[in-house]
Amino acid sequence: MFKYVTKRVYQMILVLFVVSIIVFFVMSFTGDPVLMMVTPDATQAQIDRARMELGLDKPLITQYFIFVKNILRGDFGKSYVFKQSAIKLIIERMPATLELVFVSVLLSIIVAIPLGVFAGAFPNKKSSKTIMLGSLLGISLPNFWVGMMLIFVFAVHFRVMPSSGRGEVVNFLGMRISIFTADGFKHIILPAVMLSIQSLAILLRLTRAGMMEVMKQDYIKFARSKGVLQNSLLFQHALKNALIPVITVFGIQIGKIIAFATVTETIFSWPGMGKLLIDSINRSDRPVMVAYLMIVAFIFVLLNFIVDIVYTSIDPRIDLR
Amino acid sequence: MVEKLLEVKDLKTHFHTFKGIVKAVDGVSFKLNKGEILGIVGESGGGKSVTGFSILKLIEDPGKIENGEIIFNGENLVNKSEREMKEIRGSKISMIFQDPMTSLNPLYTIQQQIEEVLKLHTDMNAKQRKQRCINLLDDVGIPQPEARLKSYPHQFSGGMRQRAIIAAALAAEPELIIADEPTTALDVTIQAQILRLMKKLVKEKNTSLLLITHDLAVVAEMVDRAIVLYCGQVMETGKIDDLIHQPIHPYTYGLLNSIPRLDDQKKRLSQIEGMVPNMFELPEGCNYSPRCDYCQERCLQEEPKIREIHEGHRVSCHYPLSREG
Ligand SMILES: Nc1ncnc2c1ncn2[C@@H]1O[C@H](COP(=O)(O)OP(=O)(O)OP(=O)(O)O)[C@@H](O)[C@H]1O
Ligand SMILES: [Mg+2]
Repeated sequence: MFKYVTKRVYQMILVLFVVSIIVFFVMSFTGDPVLMMVTPDATQAQIDRARMELGLDKPLITQYFIFVKNILRGDFGKSYVFKQSAIKLIIERMPATLELVFVSVLLSIIVAIPLGVFAGAFPNKKSSKTIMLGSLLGISLPNFWVGMMLIFVFAVHFRVMPSSGRGEVVNFLGMRISIFTADGFKHIILPAVMLSIQSLAILLRLTRAGMMEVMKQDYIKFARSKGVLQNSLLFQHALKNALIPVITVFGIQIGKIIAFATVTETIFSWPGMGKLLIDSINRSDRPVMVAYLMIVAFIFVLLNFIVDIVYTSIDPRIDLR
Repeated sequence: MVEKLLEVKDLKTHFHTFKGIVKAVDGVSFKLNKGEILGIVGESGGGKSVTGFSILKLIEDPGKIENGEIIFNGENLVNKSEREMKEIRGSKISMIFQDPMTSLNPLYTIQQQIEEVLKLHTDMNAKQRKQRCINLLDDVGIPQPEARLKSYPHQFSGGMRQRAIIAAALAAEPELIIADEPTTALDVTIQAQILRLMKKLVKEKNTSLLLITHDLAVVAEMVDRAIVLYCGQVMETGKIDDLIHQPIHPYTYGLLNSIPRLDDQKKRLSQIEGMVPNMFELPEGCNYSPRCDYCQERCLQEEPKIREIHEGHRVSCHYPLSREG
């Protein structure tokens, strides 16, 4: 186990290193940030000075090594716009995003698993067919459109839900969190629904497919011949087996939820790091973009690691060595 | 005094597939006494497994028990609800499946899978259950049972898995065990061991055993009586000695002749000509007529009724072979 973890940590570092190369070089080909920063009537001398201050006059390779050195010290540079540490900006907004992602993931799991189990165990029932039709809609409707329809129906037409912002926040373990206030909870519902719909539908369909496969297995019939009750047959004997392939895909889905959070945050003016990213892209605020990408890459890698650990803890046939 | 445990009367289990109705079990009747071992024999597709599953009411869509009674301890299981059946499954009647490699849940330990029966059907506490699991594994001949409790199925060989399954089937001391080809997937030496073990355990506890098999020879020394199934119907039934030494149905005779024998000097093995008919287009008259060496005009038109030829020896054939031949 320990050996496995160390091996995985090495792999994670390697992946992040490769990501840093890609991020840095792709960034250096996107627009010249200096031109965005200086006033339109700036002289060439002023432009050159700004370029030097930002360290952008040095050769690309040197810039990259400085960049890596700074990252290792936790320094991603200062935002060109806010004139503050980029990483601090991101971390300030991270709780809002994580909160949204967390609620969306939870929502997907709570809704998708029971429905998927039901639809997989009783595929011929009318209700199962309705569930599958709904999930098809969930997968095929464009995400942003769903978000706008949610706003239109619940915020504009019925005026029962707020359409933007986080609402009231409280301090929780040093983070500013909104789900613990009634107002904040109300604010998170619509964005979380929008963000979860697609992965919910995918998770549901995967669970169903897995269940249908597992229900045909001899060990299910054997369990039934032992007199096992319906609930434990479906949710223990069958579901555990059905989830093994689902877990891997769901790890990827959580990553997708984080990525899609940028769109949701923009539509619902949710003050998270996704919205910060979009704003930074609009302003060519390179350090913030880089910090965002590196942090998200780190989260992805960590998530994959956790998924693999969960996976091996469920399936005894997988040997960690 | 023999006591009747199970009586199946005119059981019909049909599958309503979209190609048509498959009469997998079509009017099967038999009795099973307490402590008796009854064999169900026949070729693949004869309806042996479906008969076994019908008794536990484990028939899934599109199958349905259409007719008949399954009298177990004086109660008709056909009328029981799913809830009532769950209390009978595993506690009064348990089942052993054909393939030990796939019958155990890969994600649960051996202990969990045996213990489950005890949790459901007894009121033992955790400590008693564990002790019982150890005793059961010991009974079925698994060495160092205590150390093996926490093993997962993939850490067991096929023979050991089947032993563990037998342990689970015995756990709640059922009155009837249905074993559906319990040794078909195992190699020959293990086969004999497992069968001997089952016979010993069953006889010790006076449990009844319904042993499903396609191999008459394998069970010849195991069972007290046997029924021969063909296309969902009973062809012949009687004491195993009668069936082996004096078969009166041409099908039983054919089955016996296709068993290889070491002491046999014949050049080549005889076999039953033809194949099991398509279940959607069964022949008129006797189902076996197209393959029967003794087929006559009447066999093609009239379905034979089962009748007693000799005490306890019944056959469904218009022209049974003579008991001496
Ligand atoms: N779920 C099902 N749907 C349709 N037909 C079925 C189903 N299960 C069984 N049958 C049919 O019922 C008939 C009897 O099957 P059964 O499994 O009882 O045979 P068997 O005697 O146990 O054969 P084997 O030795 O191969 O196990 C077969 O013709 C089979 O095609
Ligand atoms: Mg079978």
